[in-house]
Amino acid sequence: MAINEQIPGERIIEKFPGGEIILTKSEDLMKWAKGSSLWPLTFGLSCCAIEMMATGASRFDIDRIGSGVFRGSPRQCDVMIVAGTICVKMGDCLKKLYAQMPEPKYVIAMGNCAIGGGIFYHDTYSVVKGTEELGVPVDVYVAGCPPRPENLLHGIMKLQEKIKNAKQRSPNTDKK
Amino acid sequence: MGELLTVNMGPQHPSTHGVLYLELVLDGEIVVSCKPHLGYLHRSIEKIAENRTYTQFIPFTDRLDYLASMNNNLGFCLAVEKLLNIAVTPRAQYLRVIIAELNRVASHLVAIGTFAQDLGAYATPLFYAFSDREKIVELFDSICGSRLTYNYMRIGGVSGDIPAGTEEIIKDFIKYERKQLMEYNELLTYNVIFLARSKNIGILTKEQALNYSITGPMLRASGVKWDTRKEEPYLVYDKFDFDVPVGIVGDSWDRFKVKLDEIEQSLRIIEQAIGAIPEGNPVSKVNRVFRGTGETYMRTENPRGELGFYLVAEAGFNPYRCKIRSPSFSNLGVLEELVKGLNISDAVCVLGSLDIVMGEIDR
Amino acid sequence: MQNSEVLIQIKNRFPDLAVEETPNALVIPKTALLEVSTFLKSEMAFENCHCVTAVDRKDKMEVVYHLYSFLNHFMLTLKVIVTLDDLAVESVSCLCRSADWLERETFDLFGIRFVNHPDLRRIMNPDAWSDHPLRKDFKRADFIPRPQSQGLKG
Repeated sequence: MAINEQIPGERIIEKFPGGEIILTKSEDLMKWAKGSSLWPLTFGLSCCAIEMMATGASRFDIDRIGSGVFRGSPRQCDVMIVAGTICVKMGDCLKKLYAQMPEPKYVIAMGNCAIGGGIFYHDTYSVVKGTEELGVPVDVYVAGCPPRPENLLHGIMKLQEKIKNAKQRSPNTDKK
Repeated sequence: MGELLTVNMGPQHPSTHGVLYLELVLDGEIVVSCKPHLGYLHRSIEKIAENRTYTQFIPFTDRLDYLASMNNNLGFCLAVEKLLNIAVTPRAQYLRVIIAELNRVASHLVAIGTFAQDLGAYATPLFYAFSDREKIVELFDSICGSRLTYNYMRIGGVSGDIPAGTEEIIKDFIKYERKQLMEYNELLTYNVIFLARSKNIGILTKEQALNYSITGPMLRASGVKWDTRKEEPYLVYDKFDFDVPVGIVGDSWDRFKVKLDEIEQSLRIIEQAIGAIPEGNPVSKVNRVFRGTGETYMRTENPRGELGFYLVAEAGFNPYRCKIRSPSFSNLGVLEELVKGLNISDAVCVLGSLDIVMGEIDR
Repeated sequence: MQNSEVLIQIKNRFPDLAVEETPNALVIPKTALLEVSTFLKSEMAFENCHCVTAVDRKDKMEVVYHLYSFLNHFMLTLKVIVTLDDLAVESVSCLCRSADWLERETFDLFGIRFVNHPDLRRIMNPDAWSDHPLRKDFKRADFIPRPQSQGLKG
């Protein structure tokens, strides 16, 4: 896909004959760059982490959509993939990690546990029922127990769409 | 001794294999003490068991050791069958052995891949291992419709027969995997850097291993020739001919090598079992709900060690108490002693060689 | 090897001990736990403390030990009964290190105190919690029980 197809909309003003010059708003260029290089945080909590690893490994190859750079430190990340059950002891840690990520930041809730407790909703005393319970806003929900790697890839692509179509550059509207 | 420094490793750390939190006290690069803190994935599965019927609890066993879901299913089903005296259909017995051994291979592959990654071989071995594992996962997907949490074993049998042509796929896989094993040996096992990083690191003696109730490949790496499949066979394991690989020193390299050798033994079991599957229906005709009294303790050989289910039943549809004795829990207990006096980078190596899964440690 | 054989050995060694044999386990009095398990370890080769747990029987608690002997290929289930007003039992972690964490877990989930344990803290749940979740009378506001279907009561 040529670059001018990826930068959305009527923003290309004029294409000069014989040259590869594109005129666009810097804001749109930023959005395109942001969406195409979402660096996830290595944050495997439980079962879903294995599927996240499988997504990153050879067969599904998350690098195709520019998200293959798993970082160990939240300070270098754009997106937190909450992969697994959140327990009370882990809750504070998750909030702290989210706070440590630089803006703009995005959250993908991967799997039913991260969405709303999943099969650990009933009869448990130590499971937080979803990421939003902790006050961490979620951008994309990926359902499944665990979601298939294709599902996670789709989730990341949805997030890219969301970033590219965001009205304002301000992080406040990027969230939710 | 210089000034001591406390380093928190985890709960979010790429090398802790989940959400383990280690409190390391360092003197320069040397680990003075290491305190593991658990419970970051404590999902109250034992409490859930008391509020579910036996059949309903099977999906939860998937999520204990999520790298070896089939083996967990098997352990729980065998425990219930032992408690309530339910017979298993002959075809299901063979299918269970084949499926459980395939899952052992898949689990060991992940263990090998992540261990190499912990030692700094970034991504390549992991990708090799995952592409092999993908073949098994795909096969399981065709058998039971799920890639990770299978819920395939049922009390008295399995949930359905294997699709036509599965035997051929498995036979092809065995051939393929044997070739791959040679490649792992070339790539990793006798690699100079790999040897330098893992040989004589974190030596676990025989006495320590027995004292800490270590089981599984870790125990065998320390030189104890003990495999529940061999010594106290369940299902039809006594009909197959396989060896129990043991290590010599009990260091990280031995633990790695034992796992690699076990893959070959699992392939041997699968090979023999696939030629001997009896005809018939593997789906059991027993009821879906059971009522029973009494108590039982059943242990099976999981990829990580002996998984035990202690079931107490008291005239209800649900178990009165279900204690899960998970192998990783006991295996992790020894970490504190193993890493004392090592470099901090070697502590990561030891932790990687223990091959823990937090899901079954915290439950 | 059978439960009864172990029972006979224990009876021979400790003649005035009230050891009961139930179909699944040997029940020994609380006070004799350390003595009996030392004997079992040193003379009967039950060197492996496989599992320690507890069962809440509402009016009393059972502490259950699974001891294994590699030599005899035999798993022995030992039980100690503790009353609710005195939830304490001697720790066996001095005999077998694996009991250390298992006892901590039992303390965390059931509130049974293990006397002379080297480091008796909660292992799974936050230190600030005061209740013990695997007890049958455990109740808390954020604990949502699953709605029971009609056919499965009992």
